[in-house]
Amino acid sequence: MRAAWPIVSLLALVSAIALILPGVSAGLSGAVVAALINLILVVGLYVFVGNSGVLSFGHVTFMAVGAYVCAILTIPTIARAIMIPNVPSFVPKTAIATIPAILAGALLAGVLGVIVGVPIVRLTGLSAGLAMFAVLLAANVVFSNWSPGPGGAGILTRVPTDLTVAGTLMWALLAMILAYLFQRSRWGLRLRGSRDDEHAARSLGVNVTAQRLQAMVLSAFITGIGGALYGHYVGSFGPDAFYIPTTFLVLAMLVVGGIDSLAGAVVGTLVISVISYALNQWTNDLPVGPITLKLPAGSSQLVVALLMLGILIVRPAGLMRGRETALPRLLAGAPRSKTRSGPVRAR
Amino acid sequence: MTQVLQDTIDAASLGSLYALFALGVALIFGVGRIANFANGDLLTIAGYLVVVCATLPWPVVILVACAGPVVLGLAMERFAFRPVRIASPTTLLIVSFAVSALLQNGLLLTATDQPKTTSFGSSLVQPVHLGSVTTTGIDLLDIGVTVVVAVVLTLVLKRSLIGLKLRAAAEDFLMSRLLGVRANTVMATVFAISAALAGLAGIMLTIKIGTLTPTFGVQPVTVAFVAAVIGGLGSLLGAALGGFLVGALTVVIQSVLPQGLGPYRDAFVFGAVIVLLLVRPQGLMAPATGERI
Repeated sequence: MRAAWPIVSLLALVSAIALILPGVSAGLSGAVVAALINLILVVGLYVFVGNSGVLSFGHVTFMAVGAYVCAILTIPTIARAIMIPNVPSFVPKTAIATIPAILAGALLAGVLGVIVGVPIVRLTGLSAGLAMFAVLLAANVVFSNWSPGPGGAGILTRVPTDLTVAGTLMWALLAMILAYLFQRSRWGLRLRGSRDDEHAARSLGVNVTAQRLQAMVLSAFITGIGGALYGHYVGSFGPDAFYIPTTFLVLAMLVVGGIDSLAGAVVGTLVISVISYALNQWTNDLPVGPITLKLPAGSSQLVVALLMLGILIVRPAGLMRGRETALPRLLAGAPRSKTRSGPVRAR
Repeated sequence: MTQVLQDTIDAASLGSLYALFALGVALIFGVGRIANFANGDLLTIAGYLVVVCATLPWPVVILVACAGPVVLGLAMERFAFRPVRIASPTTLLIVSFAVSALLQNGLLLTATDQPKTTSFGSSLVQPVHLGSVTTTGIDLLDIGVTVVVAVVLTLVLKRSLIGLKLRAAAEDFLMSRLLGVRANTVMATVFAISAALAGLAGIMLTIKIGTLTPTFGVQPVTVAFVAAVIGGLGSLLGAALGGFLVGALTVVIQSVLPQGLGPYRDAFVFGAVIVLLLVRPQGLMAPATGERI
């Protein structure tokens, strides 16, 4: 029970919010789907960054791969000749169903995770983060110059927008379960050990490079799912959707919630999604409940940046302080101190 | 032979621009262990200041475009980095990313994302013929400025009191504080110098390219980091060498790539860098310090 409580509580929380909000107002379904996609991306990033302690600024590349692959596979058959004339010949001429396409996108993202990961995991933390940023730039160059569609510059359109709240929720729950199972498995625990003290972990026989690579691949897979769903959410996209603003948003959600725990990823996504939604509504002169403010364009990102800075200064470990959700006192049996998910870290 | 000479000049001018960015980044990293993404935005802001002041006499433009980033750099140090000075390098990296996002979005709000063009220094973009080699005035200026900056920086670091303090702080921050070096002075100086370098680089890049957008500084700062990582984070000489190496790589790859793959040049450059890091992950000139366990 104690082992399952953190994940069960998070699954329940996310499901409750995702299923109740569209009932409150139909216009919120879109926002809920977007938030769920963000959750998948953040969980994907967390699987690598939270467990290994290595920052990666280029994870959005996996999102891009997932999105492009899934989109190319699912553009409706009648539109394919016009929309994607320039794809390689091994791409099927008929569209395939959404779910296998999402998995295909995620799998290819995972493959990229292996290719990119092998050199990256050998670098020390800081260099690895920067190298991933270089990967992001390189990917952006590649996608911007590749023209699968007639629009050129990496833009794809006519992707079917067939996401439902329930369907996206299923993928989000899957991502969270995968992340939790990984962090509780022996591979995840070894990786966390190397995060806390790399030398001690190596001295105990942990193959840090191999562990990081495993996390990178799983992380790429999950992020690829998020990317594939993103393609189906917006219907048309270009390489700009997979560049610095998205990288920053996903990182901000993780940092605000707390890098070191899954609960942190969820809470951070929730907080920033709500604030972002409100700010975006106000920027477009739309009301949020009873309140309407008039904000200039771009304020949403600015406020998120300020929030992130504030959290880093005031509470660097994030809102959840690196802990998972604790078992409520009543269910915990005999009185005990608050559960911790990791050893005390000297900072 | 002419082609080799031409390529050498191109590589040298591109490399010196990259080396200039890399020096600023490596300085902050060596002393404060901060990888400052926001340097790229200081570069962009210098460019926008050039656009805004383009009608003024050029010494004033240069002064303003260097002073602006310096002021911002000092503010950044005081309000964003000083409170988290004792935090882990990861946290510092995220803070720098947040500051960078803040500056970019601030620019977006004030200047919108319409590209701005300027003809400041357009006389320098005219081709200049040296024998059989063609280059531009700004390219030669890049090489010249970088050499001068490198010499001045070396003199300051080796011969002046503040240089001594900076080197001491880079070697062991805590110990230097115990010996009387004021941390705040050192950090402020480092941020100011780095911001001034970013300002210079921003001016020259603006003259060279002529068009500005808020994300103007992203590619240069990434190249700067990559160059600093290749050179070995924390080594100034390594950073400069790294800059020249990336410049040379870019020119070589550009001339070697077949026609259709031309736009993918940057992707190949970064790929080559990753291969290099595979072979020597600690960089070319990693400082000889060990790591405490």
